[in-house]
This record gives sequence, structure tokens and C-alpha cells, in this order.
Amino acid sequence: MVLQKIITWARVKSPWIIHVNTGGCNGCDIEVVDVLTPRYDVERLGILIQGSPRHADVLMVTGPATQQMKDRLKLLHEQTPDPKFVVAIGACACSGGIFRHSYIPCLGIDTVIPVDVYIPGCPPKPEAIIYGVAQLLAKLQGKDSPVITPKKIALKDIKQSIEEDLAK
Amino acid sequence: MVDKKKIKVGSPQTGCSSCMPNTFEIPLGPQHPALKEPTHFLLEVEGEIIVNATPRIGYVHRGIEKLAETKTYSANLTLVERVCGICSHIHSISLANAAEGALALEGFEVPMRAQYIRTIVAELERIHSHILWLGVAAHEIGFDTLFMLSWRDRELTMDLLEDISGNRVNYAMNEIGGSRRDMNQSQIDRMLKYMDITIERMERYKDICLNENTIRMRTQEVGILLPQKARELCAVGPTARASGVAIDVRYDDPYSAYGEFRDIFNVVTYDSNDVFSLVVVRIIETIEACIYIKWMLKNIPDGPIFKKAPRKVPEAQILSRTEAPRGELIHYLWSNNTNKPYRLKITTPTLSNINTVSEMMKGDYLADSTITLASIDPCFSCEDRMITVVNNDRRKAKVETWSESQLRKYSNDWHTANKRWKK
Ligand code: SF4
Repeated sequence: MVLQKIITWARVKSPWIIHVNTGGCNGCDIEVVDVLTPRYDVERLGILIQGSPRHADVLMVTGPATQQMKDRLKLLHEQTPDPKFVVAIGACACSGGIFRHSYIPCLGIDTVIPVDVYIPGCPPKPEAIIYGVAQLLAKLQGKDSPVITPKKIALKDIKQSIEEDLAK
Repeated sequence: MVDKKKIKVGSPQTGCSSCMPNTFEIPLGPQHPALKEPTHFLLEVEGEIIVNATPRIGYVHRGIEKLAETKTYSANLTLVERVCGICSHIHSISLANAAEGALALEGFEVPMRAQYIRTIVAELERIHSHILWLGVAAHEIGFDTLFMLSWRDRELTMDLLEDISGNRVNYAMNEIGGSRRDMNQSQIDRMLKYMDITIERMERYKDICLNENTIRMRTQEVGILLPQKARELCAVGPTARASGVAIDVRYDDPYSAYGEFRDIFNVVTYDSNDVFSLVVVRIIETIEACIYIKWMLKNIPDGPIFKKAPRKVPEAQILSRTEAPRGELIHYLWSNNTNKPYRLKITTPTLSNINTVSEMMKGDYLADSTITLASIDPCFSCEDRMITVVNNDRRKAKVETWSESQLRKYSNDWHTANKRWKK
């Protein structure tokens, strides 16, 4: 019980991710990398990108799983140690998106591997990706997913805050 | 500059695996820490030195060209933007130019303000793409500070793009016959201000790259591509310009609003023929792009941004060339007097440049292979073709393209199996 608690704590504090492109248009990939860079900086949540699937806990998959990449995606999923979590990023990965009616069966990654979190959008904004990952972390802790209540902000204030950022 | 290492290992013609028993094969990809996209390279190494590199593409084939035949022109603008997420806008300019070229036969003309807006967004895209590349290249040589810093500065351009178009990546700015969104004065002022900041930051990176030893040692005399070879292998874009070959579609064959400022346009070249020269060319091009944007913002004409185009495009075969951030992009459109293209063929810069990588890698150390590969700014989602590998034995792998009868058989079988597919 205590051990389980410690393991969950460790897992939530530093989920390591591996980024897999299964044939999307790159738009989602640059947004995933964007999330790691100073403006959004998910390293503050302990998230670190890894090169090898054997070191990773979370598979971040973009792209519609083309015919050539299907088997490779399955392999990568098998190589990731248990327990593993899969985040599908972008409309492509969720359902095939714009490529759904192509003659190559691009039907989304959930036809190949099980998916935990779907982040729709073409491409989703970095904020949406962070929100999706936060939901995954909540799921790991066994909590309900966090609810975001939208707040109205005047456009003026946003511009001002950006200008202040620049002045620094 | 002559590469000494290259002479030592012999010319590629003699370097087949059967007569060189000491070589060893290392696969790179499709999933590899150094690659953001799936592709495969088979590197043949002799000790630490690469003797041969064979690319294998096709992991990202999604059938876009075929899909384009089933959609109307304006839906196709959305589709071709998804060919590549980094150079999305230039793809839609290309297709719009092709369709408008066919319509021009009937006297259709696009308003000038729309052309300016298109060009401004295209140059903004070039800035963000080049800074993105600078970051990725810095990451490949293990200089992560520069990666983080340059991506921070890239956010300025992304803010501008979001400001104009509402999207960060696929902007959806084009429509056949003009542009979808206008720019107001406050946006123009903000852009001018941010361009100044970007120029200042890029000047600093130029300084860093020219003087910093970390970068010089990892990039100088690595991945050599002599001008002669660059011409032979049909390199395009920055890859060719870094070898001193001055080609640039924006200057040679101006489209959109590029013809307006041809006299201030510089084709940036550099002649050290290595990866370092690619870094320099891309940084200077970014600064140049900022200058063009400032010129265009000051000279943008008033007027309408959109003219309604007829739905049906008259029968014509049009070849439209544009300069994407990575090089020359070609869209070939065959229209047949309906609202859907009869055939759309896309040739992307990476497909032209991929052969140069094998040439650049030969004679280099294995550790340099990733930066050499990254140096052409490969974008595999753009370029993937349908190929079938006939023989799975790596040593004798024979890659075949499909013949027409094979394709016809495949398509007939497929359509029988997928009766409900809607066209
Ligand atoms: S969801 Fe859209 S942006 Fe993302 S990879 Fe697919 S087509 Fe590209």
C-alpha cells in the first residue's frame, strides 16, 4: 500500500515521454516540441522527453498511423515498459482527420493501440497539449479530471501582458 | 575546399559492400532520437567513417495527391496545407497560383493587396521555419542553450501569425482569388516592432555562430557538398545556396508580390560548402526576410483583398513554382473544366535534397551523421512516395516503383473491397 503510494507519487512527479510521429504533417510535432521550450516549458511539471521507448512512460503519438508505420507503432508500444500510457495528439491521431478518406487506411492510432487521452485540434495549441497531459496525470492519481472554467479576459490585458513580457 | 577524408576512403563507385568486407551496417530510424519524423537510413561504416548511406523513404505516404482529386479547389487548399505543417502556407500559395493561372486564361486577376498579404505570411513562415531549424541543428550538436533561446524568439513570429490568421500552424489564409483575412493598422505596427526585435536577435545569433567555437568545431568541414555535385544532384534552396549555387525562385521567377521588390532582393550564398555555410545562409536569410516584410508593410497598397473566382477552372495544365523555406516547390495542376482537379502532382524540396545527404555523409564520422542529416532541414512528411521494397534482405534490397498496370490492379482491387468509399 505504502509502496504503491510511493510509486504513484514518483510516476506523477516525473512522467517521461517519447514522441512518435506516425506520418502526420509535422504541425503537431512542432507544437509538441514547442511545449518543451521556454514559453510553455513542461519541464516544470517534471516531464522530460526521451529518445528510447524503453525509458519512457508516456507515448505521445501524432499522425494517422499510415500503413508503413502501423507495425512500427505496435513495436514501440510493446517496447515501452508497463504501465504505459498513450496520448493521441491531433485530429489525425484521434480519427484520421483530413486523411481519413484516403486510399491508405489512415484511421487514427486507436485502431492500432489503446489510447488514454485524446487531444483534438489540427494542430492543438500548446496549452491544449499541456491540459491533456495534466488530465493524464490526474488519471494516474486516480482523481477526477481537472475542470477548467473559462474566464473572460479583455484583449487589452493580454496585449499588455505580452508587452510586459517583451520589456523584460 | 577539398575534403581529404573523402579521398582516403575512395570514390563511391568502388565502395560496394561485397568488395569491402570490413564495412559494417548501421540502421538509422525510422524511430530514432535524432529524427523527429520517420525515415530510414542505412549507413555503411568502416570503423568510424561512413562509406555509404542509402535513404529509404515512404513511411509517411498518405495518398494526398489521390485525395486531392476528390475535393473541390477550396477544400484542396485546406488539404495541401496539411502536406507539411512547417511550410504549410507556401503549399497553398502554390496551388492557388496554379488554379489562378488557369483562371487567368479567362482574364481573372487577383487583387494586389491579397498578393502582398500572401507574401508577408510566406516570409513570416520562412522566418519561423529557419529559426526552428537553427534550434534543431543546435540540439543535434548538443548545444541545447541555443535551441531553447532560438525557440523562445521564434514565439514572437508565432504570435504575429496567430494575430493575423488566428492559427499557429496551418494558417488558412488563402482562397482561390485572394486572401481570407485583412490586416489592420495596429497589426501592421505590431509586426514592424516585432520585426525589429527579430532582426536584433538574429544579428546576435549570427555573431554567436560566427565566433563560437562549439558551433564552428561541430559544423566546419562536415557534410561537404561541392558546387559541382550540388548541381549534379539537383539540390535546391538553402542547400544549393550554401554551396555557392545562386538559385532562388523568388528572384529568378517572381510570383505573388516578389516582383515588386526585386531590386532590394538578395540571393544569399556562402561558399564554404559545409554545414557551417548552411547555418550562415539560413541566419542571413532570416534577417533578409525581416527586411522584405518591413518593405512590404510600408508599401502595401489599399484595395480589396478578395475577388470572387468562378467555381469551374478551365482546362489547362499549369506548373507553379514557389520557393518554400527548404527550396523550390512545384505544383503541377491539370484541370478539366470542373470544380475538382483532374490531377495534382506535388514535388517538394526535400525530395530533391535527399540525394545530397548521402553525398554529404560519405567520408564523415558517424557522430556527424545526425547534424548532416538535419542540415538540409529534411521534411519527410512533404516528400514521401509510394514504393514497395521487393527484397527484404538488406544487402540486396531492391526498391521498385509501381508500374501502371500494377497500380491499376491495386486500385481495382481496392475499390472492390471498399465499395462505400465516397468520391
Ligand atoms: S492533426 Fe493536423 S496538424 Fe496535426 S499532424 Fe494531423 S494534419 Fe498535421
